[in-house]
Amino acid sequence: MDLIAQLEAEQISALGKDIPDFKPGDTIRVGYKVTEGTRSRVQNYEGVCISRKNGNGIAGSFTVRKISFGEGVERVFPLFSTNIDSITVVRRGRVRRAKLYYLRARRGKSARIAEDTHYKPKAGAQA
Amino acid sequence: MRSGIIAKKVGMTRLFQEDGRQIPVTVLELDGLQVVAQRTTEKDGYTAVQLGAGSPKVKRVSKAMRGHYAASKVEPKRKLVEFRVEEDGLIDVGAEISAEHFLEGQKVDVTGTSIGKGFAGAMKRHNFGGLRASHGVSISHRSHGSTGQCQDPGKVFKGKKMAGHMGAARVTTQNLEVVKTDADRGLLMIKGAVPGSKGGWVTVKDAVKKKAPEGLPFPAAVKSAATEAPAEEVAAEGGEA
Repeated sequence: MDLIAQLEAEQISALGKDIPDFKPGDTIRVGYKVTEGTRSRVQNYEGVCISRKNGNGIAGSFTVRKISFGEGVERVFPLFSTNIDSITVVRRGRVRRAKLYYLRARRGKSARIAEDTHYKPKAGAQA
Repeated sequence: MRSGIIAKKVGMTRLFQEDGRQIPVTVLELDGLQVVAQRTTEKDGYTAVQLGAGSPKVKRVSKAMRGHYAASKVEPKRKLVEFRVEEDGLIDVGAEISAEHFLEGQKVDVTGTSIGKGFAGAMKRHNFGGLRASHGVSISHRSHGSTGQCQDPGKVFKGKKMAGHMGAARVTTQNLEVVKTDADRGLLMIKGAVPGSKGGWVTVKDAVKKKAPEGLPFPAAVKSAATEAPAEEVAAEGGEA
């Protein structure tokens, strides 16, 4: 392992994040820490994960899309951000693409994703 | 004035802070950084320390250089750099400098050799705008345009920015912040990018345009003598070979 990979592995274990196994198409809920003045609270953001980038490494990120008050909203979260309180998988989706950018052009019925009822975690993946 | 250090660029990564910030950092490695020689006013007319870093194969070091290293009883080095210091800033020959030479939060200047770009056009080399995409422009969309006036002066002025060789030149980036130091592994993490490619040598000095913080180790942060002893034995062997 080269030095950079070693440093990144150390940082990942030091951050002690429990990241569930999720992929594009899954509906996930992200608990994001919001600081208002001096007080901080956790804000939930729920939507469809439409892309994952840079794998499970320290540079990894994912995009969550939801329709908020009739307007499409997308947020990109760094996978290991210290501002993320929790990530929970709400629903497993069955999709055939790695990036679901086609959802941006769709609304309503055509923007639905079929549920993956026979979801099995891949061997070696985290719970 | 304090001596700088020689370091090897390892690569870039990011650090997550407690408050949610991410800091892009360049990791620099101090690889067997030792004082190889001193330059003194009596002998050389100026004062400086010569530092060496890296460990080459001894057979690839010329005999003349082996003699130089043997005279100061240090292992042969890959890279030698002199740093001008004042009389009281001289460091003992053979002393190994640790990453704690710099404090976290301190500003430094980093010098390296930039990545070579080869023969580059005026757009890439000097940020020229190029010509228009249409309106009659043909096959010269990325050209530099006019290079001067007419019969008077009747020449292109010296220093005119044109296409040519770009990169592979000495570049200094000033006022970079030291985010983290790791003395055990000899690592220095510096915020932002540093000139040069991975595996390239860079020199790190205290920032000239910022006031040095208090508590900087002077003349240098030297590793304890216990780690130096075995190094000297190997150096002696290298000198005889």
